[in-house]
Amino acid sequence: MAFKEILLNMGPQHPSTHGVLRLKVALDNEVVMKVTPVLGYLHRGMEKLFENRTYQQITPLTDRFDYLAAISNNLGYLLAVEKLMGIEVPKRAQYIRVIFTELQRLASHLAWVGFFANDIGAMSVLLYGFIEREDILEIFEEYSGARLTVHAFRVGGVPTDINDKIIDMINTFILKLPKRIADIETLLTGNRIWKHRTIGVGVISPEDAISLGLTGPSLRSTGIKWDIRKDIPYSSYQDFQFEVPTSANGDLYDRYVLRLEEIKQSMRIIRQALDTLPQGETLTKVPRVLKIAPGEVFHSIEAPKGELGFYIKSNGTDKPERVKMKSPSFINMQSLETMCLGNLFADIVAVLGSLDIVLGEIDK
Amino acid sequence: MIEKLENYPLLKQVYQNLENRFAGALLGATFEKDELCVTADRSNLISILEFLKNDNGFNALNDMVGLDNMNTKKEGEKRFTILYLLYRFPGSARIRIKVDIDENETLPSIYSLYRASDWAEREIYDMFGLNFSGHPGLTRIYMPDEFKDFPLRKDFPLEGK
Amino acid sequence: MNNQTEKPSFLLARVDKFITWAQKNSVWPFGSGLACCAIEMIATAASHYDVARFGMEVFRSSPRQADLFIVSGTVTNKMAPVIRRLWEQMPDPKWVIAMGNCAISGGPFPTYSVLQGVDKIIPVDVFISGCPPTPQGLLNGLIVLQEKISEQHPTKFIMKDRQHD
Repeated sequence: MAFKEILLNMGPQHPSTHGVLRLKVALDNEVVMKVTPVLGYLHRGMEKLFENRTYQQITPLTDRFDYLAAISNNLGYLLAVEKLMGIEVPKRAQYIRVIFTELQRLASHLAWVGFFANDIGAMSVLLYGFIEREDILEIFEEYSGARLTVHAFRVGGVPTDINDKIIDMINTFILKLPKRIADIETLLTGNRIWKHRTIGVGVISPEDAISLGLTGPSLRSTGIKWDIRKDIPYSSYQDFQFEVPTSANGDLYDRYVLRLEEIKQSMRIIRQALDTLPQGETLTKVPRVLKIAPGEVFHSIEAPKGELGFYIKSNGTDKPERVKMKSPSFINMQSLETMCLGNLFADIVAVLGSLDIVLGEIDK
Repeated sequence: MIEKLENYPLLKQVYQNLENRFAGALLGATFEKDELCVTADRSNLISILEFLKNDNGFNALNDMVGLDNMNTKKEGEKRFTILYLLYRFPGSARIRIKVDIDENETLPSIYSLYRASDWAEREIYDMFGLNFSGHPGLTRIYMPDEFKDFPLRKDFPLEGK
Repeated sequence: MNNQTEKPSFLLARVDKFITWAQKNSVWPFGSGLACCAIEMIATAASHYDVARFGMEVFRSSPRQADLFIVSGTVTNKMAPVIRRLWEQMPDPKWVIAMGNCAISGGPFPTYSVLQGVDKIIPVDVFISGCPPTPQGLLNGLIVLQEKISEQHPTKFIMKDRQHD
């Protein structure tokens, strides 16, 4: 068939763009030639806002970055602030932080499986994933009073200790989850349609992935073993035993299998943390008005979506000079075009779903 | 400087390599909170990054940060600073390259070295109004094209003009 | 049983009441997600909270097929013309819910790029506060909207359009 370039516009209001993303797509018949994302439809001016807020006031705002994994954002920001101040967080608080960030990773991955399957056309998985996610959100609600934008941690530790009820809830949930994961696996892993839509689609090579700065499960699916929890441990991750799953093909199916495996590893970490939870303080004494001496710091953590880093520059006042967020979705989004080139138009939606993007984090 | 790096053999090696190669061209270096930061000049930025990438294995660009030093700069210093946060697989080493730049000056784009710099440079252009020569498509990334100001400059009010 | 079937069964109602009753019990929301609140909107539609109990499970992806616009999240200045256009594309009668503090007033973002309240560009029927509102909050807002619909006259929208002309 003769070459005929078709220009298509997707978004900013589109059911499969995970928010207000706009894509300009050039097609040769049905094969993707070029994908140009247009960002900024959710640009809220967060970084400017941070410069006008005190260090403590920023913490709840970080919830609104990646709203599917709010606690990970809290942790990333607070670790950077604590590194800048040079304060040590009590061991018990570190373990509680680990428990909650891993629960958040479970919630984020469960939501991801649902959205990804929904993008490909398997609606029921979304409903399954959200049942379990709801249990996690109930634990958050019991702990902090909020479901989504949790604001679970404070500078210097965690605001309240976890009580027996929360530990019971987590234990019950951990016991229940493997069966649910098995259900999702039954629905998808061996499903012929699922395999057809995902195997060999959206492939990216390890070289491209590194050059594009890809992190998280998308990078690990190309065979590179790189997990900050293991490589540069923070918040006592070195105390726990867990595997970093990798796979070799770098396609959508691998990313799916990998994330399900990560869910299992997260459950392992939560179990270990609950079993070996140390006694003691949960909050270091920090002054009510935080004035941080001039300095700069960069700290990154392994968020569910990839490497989440915070660069903070202080200037001696109670407000930061500059906070720059290295958001995993922003970086991962850049690789969309590389993954989509040569695939069919319908695969764009699948690739976009597999990247686990959150527009709040991309647009800041 | 080099004594501070005593417990960090990898960073020490990298820093020594840099010193040997660019003897007088490095404008300074700091090592605070386990983070090595090297100040470079705009003219030899590309050669330093090339050296770090090809000969020292810093194969990934973590992020680029723009800073507006309007309120803190001393007399004679340049207004803006660009930071290049580099990362090394494997080995888990980070290094930060710092370049000072004035409003009317342009930096060379590092797109040919790290493809990750594509959107990072566009973001700095959008937020600070700094130009990168050789970038494949330097357009605004967040704000609409008809927007005239640069939001993250310190003289831009939070509520907008 | 027999006695009842022999009589012709009928129901007496005013046409306008009947129409509003039908409208209120089959609201079709427009599945437009903007930010954090969209996740809670999805959670409301998903199995645990199940908005289908109120006849609203038909989330449409096209504004042409929907009659309820849930503005779920931050509206930026860049997005505002799109929101206005989507609202204009929805057929009458239509209702708008401003979900969350961002949509109500800009919420925690008094910044250069955020529209300070979606009611500046489209008329809003129900405001639901929260950051984000819980699913219970959204359900409460939807019930309030149902009450509002049942009190309205179905010709209200026609009259309004004439006044504009």
